[in-house]
Amino acid sequence: MSVALDLFSIVAIVAGAFFFFAGSVGLLRFPDSLTRLHALSKADNLGLGLIVLGLLPRVESLLGALKLLAIWALVLLSGAASAQLIGRALRRRGGDE
Amino acid sequence: MSVLQALDIGLALLVLAVAVWTIAAAEIFGAVVAYVAYGLLLSIVWVRLFAPDVALTEAAIGSGVTGILLVTSGARLNSAGKASAAAPPRLSLRLSAAALAIVAAAALAGVILTLPDPGPTLAPEARRELAATGLGNPVTAVLIAYRSFDTMLEKIVLLLAVVGVWSVAPDRFWGGAPAPLGRANPQGALVLLEQTLVPLGILVGVHTFWVGADEPGGAFQGGAILAAMWMIVMIARVSEPPSVNSRWLRLALIAGPGVFLVAGVAGLGMAGNFFAYPDGFAKPIILFIEAFMLLTIAATLPVLVAGPPRRSPKP
Amino acid sequence: MSAATLAGLVGSALVGLGLYGLIVDPQPLRKILAFNLIGSGVFLVFGIVARRGAAAGFPFDPVPQAMVITGIVVAFAASALAVALILRLHEETGQVLLDAEPPAERPNEQEAGK
Repeated sequence: MSVALDLFSIVAIVAGAFFFFAGSVGLLRFPDSLTRLHALSKADNLGLGLIVLGLLPRVESLLGALKLLAIWALVLLSGAASAQLIGRALRRRGGDE
Repeated sequence: MSVLQALDIGLALLVLAVAVWTIAAAEIFGAVVAYVAYGLLLSIVWVRLFAPDVALTEAAIGSGVTGILLVTSGARLNSAGKASAAAPPRLSLRLSAAALAIVAAAALAGVILTLPDPGPTLAPEARRELAATGLGNPVTAVLIAYRSFDTMLEKIVLLLAVVGVWSVAPDRFWGGAPAPLGRANPQGALVLLEQTLVPLGILVGVHTFWVGADEPGGAFQGGAILAAMWMIVMIARVSEPPSVNSRWLRLALIAGPGVFLVAGVAGLGMAGNFFAYPDGFAKPIILFIEAFMLLTIAATLPVLVAGPPRRSPKP
Repeated sequence: MSAATLAGLVGSALVGLGLYGLIVDPQPLRKILAFNLIGSGVFLVFGIVARRGAAAGFPFDPVPQAMVITGIVVAFAASALAVALILRLHEETGQVLLDAEPPAERPNEQEAGK
């Protein structure tokens, strides 16, 4: 049972790291700021969710699991809000860079 | 080479690369963003050094609040017109500065590589007295019990910084309020962030302070989180920076060092020595002092970021 | 090479890097950034001293760590004061550089705050 849980953790964390990597590749390779913002906000949130999922079998108590999920929810919230603000600022500035 | 060692070396290279980017970035905004990222990477280095309290402080104050300060000041400098183009530094200056930097770094590295082994340490003394203070976190014990006088003087240094920042204003503005931190007509996303994040952040900040007695945390880290929450409220224009004359602000600023000093002087009567705590009663006094320190730090950091008053006081 | 020694060497490299940036870059805001780099490098050196002081069941020596926490807060306060001075210099003289000559009087403005 614990081997299966460890395998699940490894798979989830590697998948999360892959999504982070994909988001960074998007940051470097996409042509303008809005598309880069899109790549970062989507891929990074999913990557963090997968990493949190992979860490869940390793916590010692329910409170630890709840804290991990709360961290993911807060990052989701602040990431979404800041992506909105950056997008609005980019559109206000007019051009792409 | 183990995985952990490879991770350490990779982290060290990354920290150096981001630091070089901070120095070499073309625009001030890029340099500030690089500095914030550098601060977060440095927090991970602190965790590898078994220093979770320092990691929390570095992430909150060293990277977070300093980043807000530099971004708002960079924006204020830029909004008043492009920086006048300076003559780029001459090659001779660059070479001599590089030589000085290399000599300083090499000297420091030489000292580090020749540190005595095992190093001198105060950990046994810290462990011995920890039971008397009733705390579980030795760093908190050092801050509020063993070296409490240093911490109180540091709060007074913060107060002096506030006085210095406020004194920079022209005479006609004295008593007024600093400029608002955010732009007018805040967007819905910012207000939503303020409405949802700030209550949670206040909870997390107070919890970090309370838990700091036994686990990594403490008044500085919790106070920085509370300060960040107040700054979000001000950036979302839900409330404005208070004027420098307001009584509650001034009381909040001096509450920390004031209560600290009173507790220290009271130690003369209660425990026989300046800044001594009576036996068996140490932990409640320590938490009492730390609560007021929390209030002062949460008030001081946003005041330092908001800056000097920029409008005349209301009549 | 242990993590602590590596961190200490990174700290010394950061001090050198910050020193270079402090001397070479003409903009005051960049000098503040470089100054903060020097500060965090020095704190890393404290960190290696704290880590090597592991004894009596603690994996670190708490006294240098407390000093670093104090230092980070004071470094922020110093940066805030420096930023306030730079902004005021900019408001008074319109320039953003630290020049050797005193700022010229602006004839068409009343400096009520002098």
